[in-house]
Amino acid sequence: MRELKILGVVILFTLITYWGVEPFAHSQMHAHHEPATFKYEDITPLGKKGNPQRGAEIFANAGCTGCHSVKSQNLPAPMDPVAASASYGVNPPDLSDAGALYDPKYLAAVIKNPAHAMKLDHKFNENRPFPMPNFYGVGGDLDQEVADIVAYLQSIAPKEVEPKEAFVNACGRCHDMKYDNWYVIGPKPKMDTELEEAQFNLKHAEYQENLKKYLGTNPPDLSMYIRSRGHEYIRDFIEDPQKILHGTAMPRVGLTEEATEKVVTYMENVGDRKKEKRESLGPLVLLYFIIFALLAYAWKQKVWRDVH
Amino acid sequence: MAQFEKANSVYEWLDQRLALTKLTKVLMTEYWIPKNINFLWAMGVVLMTMFKILLISGIFLLMYYKPDTKLAFDSVNYTIMQEVWFGWLWRHMHGVAASVVFLVIYIHMFTGIYYGSYKRGREMIWLSGMLLFVTFSAEAFSGYMLPWGQMSYWAAQVITNLFGGIPFIGDELVIWIRGNFYVADATLTRFFMLHVLLLPLVIMGIIGLHFYSLRIPHVNNQEGEEIDFDAEAEKFKAGRKAEAKVIPFWPVFISKDLFVLGVFMIFYFYLVFYHYNFAMDPINFDPANPMKTPPHIYPEWYFLWSYEVLRGFFFDVGPLSAMDIGLMAFGIANVIFFLMPWLDRSPVVAPAHKRGPFFIWFWVLLVDMIVLTIWGKLPPTGINAWIGFFASITFLGLLLVALPMITKQEAKRAGGAA
Ligand code: HEC
Ligand code: HEC
Ligand code: HEM
Repeated sequence: MRELKILGVVILFTLITYWGVEPFAHSQMHAHHEPATFKYEDITPLGKKGNPQRGAEIFANAGCTGCHSVKSQNLPAPMDPVAASASYGVNPPDLSDAGALYDPKYLAAVIKNPAHAMKLDHKFNENRPFPMPNFYGVGGDLDQEVADIVAYLQSIAPKEVEPKEAFVNACGRCHDMKYDNWYVIGPKPKMDTELEEAQFNLKHAEYQENLKKYLGTNPPDLSMYIRSRGHEYIRDFIEDPQKILHGTAMPRVGLTEEATEKVVTYMENVGDRKKEKRESLGPLVLLYFIIFALLAYAWKQKVWRDVH
Repeated sequence: MAQFEKANSVYEWLDQRLALTKLTKVLMTEYWIPKNINFLWAMGVVLMTMFKILLISGIFLLMYYKPDTKLAFDSVNYTIMQEVWFGWLWRHMHGVAASVVFLVIYIHMFTGIYYGSYKRGREMIWLSGMLLFVTFSAEAFSGYMLPWGQMSYWAAQVITNLFGGIPFIGDELVIWIRGNFYVADATLTRFFMLHVLLLPLVIMGIIGLHFYSLRIPHVNNQEGEEIDFDAEAEKFKAGRKAEAKVIPFWPVFISKDLFVLGVFMIFYFYLVFYHYNFAMDPINFDPANPMKTPPHIYPEWYFLWSYEVLRGFFFDVGPLSAMDIGLMAFGIANVIFFLMPWLDRSPVVAPAHKRGPFFIWFWVLLVDMIVLTIWGKLPPTGINAWIGFFASITFLGLLLVALPMITKQEAKRAGGAA
């Protein structure tokens, strides 16, 4: 009995200390923010129903493919990533999955006024125009045309986007993921000679340099961010970076909730690759020590029988 | 000259040369421990086990770790965590053991304080134990630097900087410790050496000393009773086991320790698999970046109380700057427990609940150190700074003033009663 009382005291003080240095201290250090809702309430919906067939035509005439590739429609990128980054500061993303990745309201807003939708108004203006131009329409009702483009992009998007695809198209133009061999200029192929290796590294460095000029800072490699930031933080951060890191150079990207989860899943697959292993091995090891403790207890009872 | 006869078995052959039978008796079957103890006396064996886990998992990590600022982060987070077979398990075991070992050390120390196990012949046990605390702290600090994450770098920066406060030699000392003007590759490599070679060697030596120092005074017991070990051992050997006040280390003491150990290992592996962030700070999964100071820099939880004593004195007093006062207080906090056997002026060895004022003193100390630990992590602003200040003053007052006073009174009373 006395031992249980002592144990209770030890556990109590341990828990108080734990509570103080972990949950309590962290709640004091990190400002509280509302969790992400993915509602994008600052954007007013167009209120128009888009027509994908018309959207295809408008898309072809809107000039989007002068900058963006749409690989699923066999529309290749007009420039390689490094050249694109020299022109625009960053390589415009492939749009094959755009209809599935981006919130439709947001996507419409990006087409009409990208800098505003991405919350970059403070950085770009007449003197420093945003690299992607506003879409002013091809002659008809602007909002209807935008709705049509959105409907078209949705019609060509796959039902299910692979986690890696989601990351590559939504984040991969700015962020490396080197533990999965993803670099802002594309995956690093198998290199046979040192020359090829050096050429790849040079291209990567050039791209990073352009990116830095464009964004003011180099976006970090995200390989281990699932461990350093955790699921919830990344989710909330993607929805609205400014809300969490005031003045951050990362623009809003406008993903849907599902696409965000895909991206986070991918980050988990890369940065916490052994999660499944860990979770399947855990119970076995615990069971081993439970049996160990029970056997030890039985032995103790036997040995102590004569000494009491 | 010893007599060597033809041996009838391998055991006998070895016994003639190594005295195995005698050795087992001395170390195990006739190494006597008081019977009247509780599970807190198993913490030593738990610590020994944790040290072994650290050593073994550390050896596995060492096979792939690269002590170079350009390679260290990836060698840990990619090679070990993702490529090496069960590398993630070794790393989690190592990281979590390094943290919980301090929890057990603190329990072990407070047990010693509660039962007065640092005096009446047990001073060397206490001193060697404190040496272990200090070397373990250095081991933990040097190990934390190795993954070369953000906190590795910035904690190293802040802590090595502290040595700059030492008069006259401070600035040179900082450079000497870092091997450079700032924390850099040379710093990482030398802390690597300390972590994997010099400190473990020293620790193993001190563990030997700690165990040896237990031999003459023997461990204490729940009532602080002085036991005639020879007489009690004779009773036990004569078969009067229930009557004897002692038990042999093997198998009686160890059978209970193994049970306690088993329970502890369930707790430990639960942390390893499911709850490791407290020991492996998420911030440290960001690679070290000297250009980007993290918004909050704090040491691991087990250093927080002394860190708070350092930060607690946040205003200048006369000619002394806040920094200097803090450093002095920090210096005192780090060595004060060495003096425990002499700050306690009373000869009474008894559990705290039989020592009146000392009992209160004990709990106030414990609570104060927990307050220091928690506030050591909070941002030192507004009311927090004042709480830290009062907790620091209380800490110094408790050890330097209250303890000698209380125990002197107690000595007087004990002297009067005798
Ligand atoms: C002059 C080149 C250019 C043209 C034309 C252009 N874009 Fe872009 N687009 C870009 C660049 C550059 C970015 C990346 C901007 C950034 O990340 O800061 C981008 C980004 C995007 C994004 C991602 C937005 C986000 O939140 O991540 C979408 C979607 C997009 N463009 C769609 C379109 C559509 C649809 C059109 C045609 C109406 C179009 N773009 C025309 C250059 C262009
Ligand atoms: C147009 C470039 C760009 C795109 C696209 C982009 N990011 Fe970023 N991201 C940045 C920059 C720049 C930073 C550095 C911000 C800073 O230091 O203030 C950053 C930082 C981050 C951070 C670290 C935040 C922190 O707490 O320090 C995370 C996590 C992140 N991005 C995730 C993502 C994800 C996930 C995506 C895709 C859904 C994405 N980013 C898309 C530019 C981008
Ligand atoms: C970190 C490695 C350490 C190891 C492996 C270790 C191991 C042990 C062991 C096996 C015992 C005997 C059984 C027991 O009472 O638990 C013991 C006793 C003791 N240790 Fe430690 N110890 C360590 C650190 C410390 C520290 C940091 C202190 C305090 C300064 C300390 C103080 C003591 C005291 C006072 C005793 C005697 C207890 C008594 O007589 O009741 N030890 N130690």
